[in-house]
Amino acid sequence: MIQDKRFEEPLVIDSLRVRIEGKEVVRGVSLTVEPGTVHALMGPNGTGKSSLALALMGHPRYDDVEGTARIGDAELLEMSPDERARAGLFLAMQYPSEIPGVPVADFLRTAFHALGNKKVSQIAFRKSLEEEMQALGMDPSFATRYLNEGFSGGEKKRSEIVQARTLKPRFAILDEIDSGLDIDALKAVAHGIGEMRAGGTGILIITHYRRVLDHLPPDHVHIMAGGRIVRSAPGLQLAEELEADGYEAFVGEEVSTS
Amino acid sequence: MKESYPNTNVENVTTAGATGVSAEQDISVNPDLTTQSDEYRYGFHDPENYVFRSGKGLSREIVEEISRRKQEPQWMLERRLEAYEIFLSKPMPTWGPDLSAIDFNEIFYFIKPSEKQERSWDDVPDDIKNTFERLGIPEAERKFLAGAGAQYESESVYHNLKEEWEEKGVIFADMDTALREHPEIVKRHFGKLIPAGDNKFAALNTAVWSGGSFVFIPAGVTVDIPLQAYFRINAKNMGQFERTLIIGEPGSSVHYVEGCTAPTYSSNSLHAAVVEVIAMEGARVRYTTIQNWSHNVYNLVTKRAVAYENATMEWVDGNLGSKITMKYPSVFLLGRNAHAEILSVAMAGDGQHIDAGAKAIHAAPGTTSSIVSKSISKGVGRAGYRGLIQVEPGSVGAKSGVRCDALILGEQGRSDTYPYMDIREEESNIEHEASVSKVGEEQLFYLMSRGISEDEAALMIVNGFIEPIMKELPMEYAVELNTLIALEMEGSVG
Repeated sequence: MIQDKRFEEPLVIDSLRVRIEGKEVVRGVSLTVEPGTVHALMGPNGTGKSSLALALMGHPRYDDVEGTARIGDAELLEMSPDERARAGLFLAMQYPSEIPGVPVADFLRTAFHALGNKKVSQIAFRKSLEEEMQALGMDPSFATRYLNEGFSGGEKKRSEIVQARTLKPRFAILDEIDSGLDIDALKAVAHGIGEMRAGGTGILIITHYRRVLDHLPPDHVHIMAGGRIVRSAPGLQLAEELEADGYEAFVGEEVSTS
Repeated sequence: MKESYPNTNVENVTTAGATGVSAEQDISVNPDLTTQSDEYRYGFHDPENYVFRSGKGLSREIVEEISRRKQEPQWMLERRLEAYEIFLSKPMPTWGPDLSAIDFNEIFYFIKPSEKQERSWDDVPDDIKNTFERLGIPEAERKFLAGAGAQYESESVYHNLKEEWEEKGVIFADMDTALREHPEIVKRHFGKLIPAGDNKFAALNTAVWSGGSFVFIPAGVTVDIPLQAYFRINAKNMGQFERTLIIGEPGSSVHYVEGCTAPTYSSNSLHAAVVEVIAMEGARVRYTTIQNWSHNVYNLVTKRAVAYENATMEWVDGNLGSKITMKYPSVFLLGRNAHAEILSVAMAGDGQHIDAGAKAIHAAPGTTSSIVSKSISKGVGRAGYRGLIQVEPGSVGAKSGVRCDALILGEQGRSDTYPYMDIREEESNIEHEASVSKVGEEQLFYLMSRGISEDEAALMIVNGFIEPIMKELPMEYAVELNTLIALEMEGSVG
């Protein structure tokens, strides 16, 4: 059972709309993620999944929004990205930025402290980071590499999960965390996500494929099309339907509840 | 004579401690000091308490007076006077930043802060000590336990060198002392690399130079702890014209470190230094400097080194602050397989123009050079790179790599790159890479999404950008550079 008080309140997204240069790309999404659950968001390309994720995290180009998103009392949409992070939100990005000259360990320790965690010495932090990396099948030497610079696609994804596990957010949005991963890496990443769920983190995983979900498995699957959630169902049922029928069967459907 | 310099009288300035008249004047000059957003944290200053100060402006008489007060040999006086004439005859350089606002009549050319050289820290006058303490000198002293010659105004007041080095024949002194005690070495090398006729400001320096460091490392001697000197401008309108000469005899090795911070004053100051470095056969000389002038200083420095066979010369150069900086450390590679490394970082904020760069002249086979330049422009600041790679005929197998990266913060910063190349040997290999990037919203967003504030994220990106230079600095200088950049960065985004 979850003891930590941080992990009691849900992430509640209500009627969220996002416009980019006047064009509405997210057209009224409502979704509640309970702590310690995994929700999968599936759907074809260009359907607003990443826009939803970036708008929730506060990307400056996705700031034309309507609706609400909250964790407890924290009104996420009124906050800057760093405030949202401090409210407990994390986004594993589809395309993580490269920051030359900034070692992973230094960056992550700065973030760890910025989130209000107790001060940890450089040495102790480095040690636990290296263990975390090894658990995800990363060479611990990545701790001293410059942030994402020269990382392969798969290394970037693993690094995002290492960051999430280190920072222990209340809610983590994982945008295509499974792309570019081989079977072993996929298992390691899925295992890492599963442990976070067990620790109380609520997870919204955005993916095109069922593969990663088989390893988790998710508590709910939602299908997004045309900027809306068109179907939601518990367990893997929708993922299985998708695999059988493809996205086309869902596109154009109105929102239905499970 | 076409140009004339009034106010050529020599005056004795007597002020009494903290209540001195000039201190009050200083406060009234810039009443907004504490409210300026750009206020420079090292912008404190001590009440001016000088034994001797020349009047404003420059004349033949002032040049003579400087030399007379220093009791210099006749040849040095002649060099000064010759240089003074060259200074008058040379026009202002117009190929770079705008220097037209410099008024040579408004500058003090010589100030002597106290009567005699100090050797022990305890003997250093309190107000001078306070200045150093606020700059962290005693800490540097403790950490390095090395000889520290600190220049306060025009002459070193504090000087200290480890005994073992003296036993090895290492000389680390201020130039005035060196001229008195080792006139033959000084005469042999002074102005050989940078003659007075090199440029207007080298001529000015040669005419009125005062202080600076003299370093002599005998053949085969390795000095493994950096030699440090601190330079500082304190008086209003005070021109600082230090002269540094470093000689590494064959097979010797030394790292000389110099940092500068200047208090904030409202009228323009001029800093025109000359630095000459000689790395003889197989010698290794590294010269590291972090300069952080207040935003009204014209920083016009000529730095040149020569490297003979198998020698390595390294310039590590950090340029912050100043109104205008023009500085292009150069290395003449005269011996086979000589090597030059020039690393520089420049940061320019609003109203600042930093024109920095590097020159490598390959004049022997197998010579190599590596130049890395990092410039940061903030607000409407301008930071650029101006460099020269020259390969003389017969320099077979010469190799040079130049990399200049510019980082622009905000929408209005500007960066210019002028990489000149003059290659006269077919069998050589020259590479040049340049990049300009903006601190992008993607990078900021990425860092902020982890809980890091916008200011801290921007600083992290900037520090990452200059990391290749930072890791070459002694720890405490890296820390200081870090702090200075953090101060410059405050409120630069958003």
